Amino acid sequence: MAEVGDDSDEVQWCFSQVKGAIDEDVAEGFGPICKGVCLQRDADVISTVEFNHCGELLATGDKGGRVVIFQQEPESKNRPQCRGEYNVYSTFQSHEPEFDYLKSLEIEEKINKIRWLPQKNAAHFLLSTNDKTIKLWKISERDKRPEGYNLKEDDGQYRDPNTVTALRVPIFRPMDLMVEASPRRVFANAHTYHVNSISVNSDCETYLSSDDLRINLWHLEITDRSFNIVDIKPANMEDLSEIITASEFHPNQCNTFVYSSSKGAIRLCDMRASALCDNHAKLFEESEDPNNRSFFSDIISSISDIKFSHSGRYMMTRDYLSIKIWDLNMETRPIETYQVHEYLRSKLCSLYENDCIFDKFECCWNGNDSVVMTGSYNNFFRMFERGYRQDVTLEASRENSMPQSVLRPRKVSSGGKRKKDEISVDSLDFNKKILHTAWHPLDNVIAVATTNNLYIFQDKIN
Amino acid sequence: MINTMECAVDAQSMISISLMKIHNSRTQRGGIKLHKNLLVSYVLRNARQLYIKEKYAEIYRMQQYEEVMTVCNEIQELNPLDLDTEDTENEEQTRAACCGGDEASLHGRPASALSGCASPGDACKEAEPSYYRSCCMEVSHCEPNNPTYCNKTTVLDLDTHVVTTVENGYLHQDCCCDALHAGQGAQSPGKKRKVDFECCLCDVDEMTDFSVSRKRLKREEYTYCNPDYTDTSNISNLISIFGSGFTGLLSRQADLEQICSKQALASLGAWTRAIVAF
Repeated sequence: MAEVGDDSDEVQWCFSQVKGAIDEDVAEGFGPICKGVCLQRDADVISTVEFNHCGELLATGDKGGRVVIFQQEPESKNRPQCRGEYNVYSTFQSHEPEFDYLKSLEIEEKINKIRWLPQKNAAHFLLSTNDKTIKLWKISERDKRPEGYNLKEDDGQYRDPNTVTALRVPIFRPMDLMVEASPRRVFANAHTYHVNSISVNSDCETYLSSDDLRINLWHLEITDRSFNIVDIKPANMEDLSEIITASEFHPNQCNTFVYSSSKGAIRLCDMRASALCDNHAKLFEESEDPNNRSFFSDIISSISDIKFSHSGRYMMTRDYLSIKIWDLNMETRPIETYQVHEYLRSKLCSLYENDCIFDKFECCWNGNDSVVMTGSYNNFFRMFERGYRQDVTLEASRENSMPQSVLRPRKVSSGGKRKKDEISVDSLDFNKKILHTAWHPLDNVIAVATTNNLYIFQDKIN
Repeated sequence: MINTMECAVDAQSMISISLMKIHNSRTQRGGIKLHKNLLVSYVLRNARQLYIKEKYAEIYRMQQYEEVMTVCNEIQELNPLDLDTEDTENEEQTRAACCGGDEASLHGRPASALSGCASPGDACKEAEPSYYRSCCMEVSHCEPNNPTYCNKTTVLDLDTHVVTTVENGYLHQDCCCDALHAGQGAQSPGKKRKVDFECCLCDVDEMTDFSVSRKRLKREEYTYCNPDYTDTSNISNLISIFGSGFTGLLSRQADLEQICSKQALASLGAWTRAIVAF
């Protein structure tokens, strides 16, 4: 495949911003060298990234249960060609650690997924979930406050009624912008197993949540009830062979959703057919090449993420080594397959030992479904341009963090001879992994999450 | 058919590592991850299949070797002092094959050690023997002038139901003879111990319903009791010393058959029914 960047018309990605602690700063003052993950706060590890529907807001969730929302500044008049920067808009603690006394299990506060609701008014709404509980948050701005109460002073203290000699009407006066986040709904106690996905329906009234064995349908207004629509728990758990790994509603058809499995199969379900969608309407599965069968085939075929294209015609799945694009009209095999890091196929033993083989990489589409993106190790991330069958590997690192500096493509050499600027497979840092990426829905702006940093890149504007 | 060309798969290590992952998942924050444990169980299943497959192959080879050696020893007993040069050379080569073996022709797939394994191309260049350690001892090169410690052999005699551990000392001619004779007669100076198939693997009683459903599977199939899952030497000790040399021996089987008569081959003693137990 030709590499993006060879042609001058191709997109060139530039560094824009980076958010989060600097590893070197954390390491300083702690004596012997112990840089890297061991000194990073585990709570700061980013666990999800999501743009809202217009791209103005960018939400991140972390292992500590916090949600940080960035807002893009309006384009500056001085620099009309440059897009606005993303600055912190709101930060709040979404989930706290809990303890299930019945099972003697601690429930992690880690935010597994964030999904924005389509905006209906001035306020913004998002759903955030940990392993067990989904919450609906309202993020609203307050830039005025009432002043001139009759019984209260402006600082809130009550006035002595005897001093009130005249009545006045309170009026709103401008104040410093305050962004408030308040939990409007808490959807709890519906999942026995760990929630892996939430997806808002195109009807904007319902959403689904899925755990390892079940998918539930909720109404955004009703918290004490949810409908189970998929249940793959076997009668005898000894017969368990497959679990649900991800699910999503169709972007346009409110009756259609898909879910992926640990065996690499995707099932499309139609809620009009029956209340319980245990029987799929379509089954997307690629027959395995027996020559490629290996010791770890079962693990690497497990799908870690599934995303519909914006058009709704295609869907993309990510397994450990590849990305597959499926046409909803063809169930037998994907229409496109992209190898993300094929050089890891010979390393599966080691990756199993150090647990990296269980990493769940996400994937995303660009605004017009022409490019797909996913992460890899060594803080590399990959983009695949579908039409031109081109791909590029880029790196998210502080070394390339000069403003507007163009990212140069990286290359991993798997063979014996290593060219200049190539990095060998054995030199890859498997602690530096990019699991979460997001693409602005309308623009060439991407958000890439390393372990505890968020990088924002945009295409070079000439 | 599981193709492991991309990496050497040590079935025992896989089993150890997988069980350790399952064990550790019980204390992980957030509870047991069903997805990860399911995937680990896939690997366990594959490792088990591999291990059993190698076991049966090893037993078959062991039986073949025992038959041949028994007949040859019987012949030697008939004429203990009548060894011509050719036979002596054959015997030495047999012992050499027993000890070191022709590593290149060993059964197994060439690949590097478990951790940090390189591409198959690189693996072929490695000097260290790279074969299934599930069935073969890590036998060092054995030379007459470089005596090296050999591992143990544990054998279950089906007739007497006695488990015998044959401890071989330094590897030289006498030792080999002693080992062979000892093995033949099941009268080694080594320890004798009762077969103990109780599982004391790990306490799985507290697992969730998924794990509990696997409890029965584990207790029936995994009978070694070493709490240190990474220590595979105990497992290795239970497996035949002769495994590494079998290929070399098998290649010489045609020669040996010419020496041994059909009648001798047919007269299989009790020892030939012994199998390697674990």
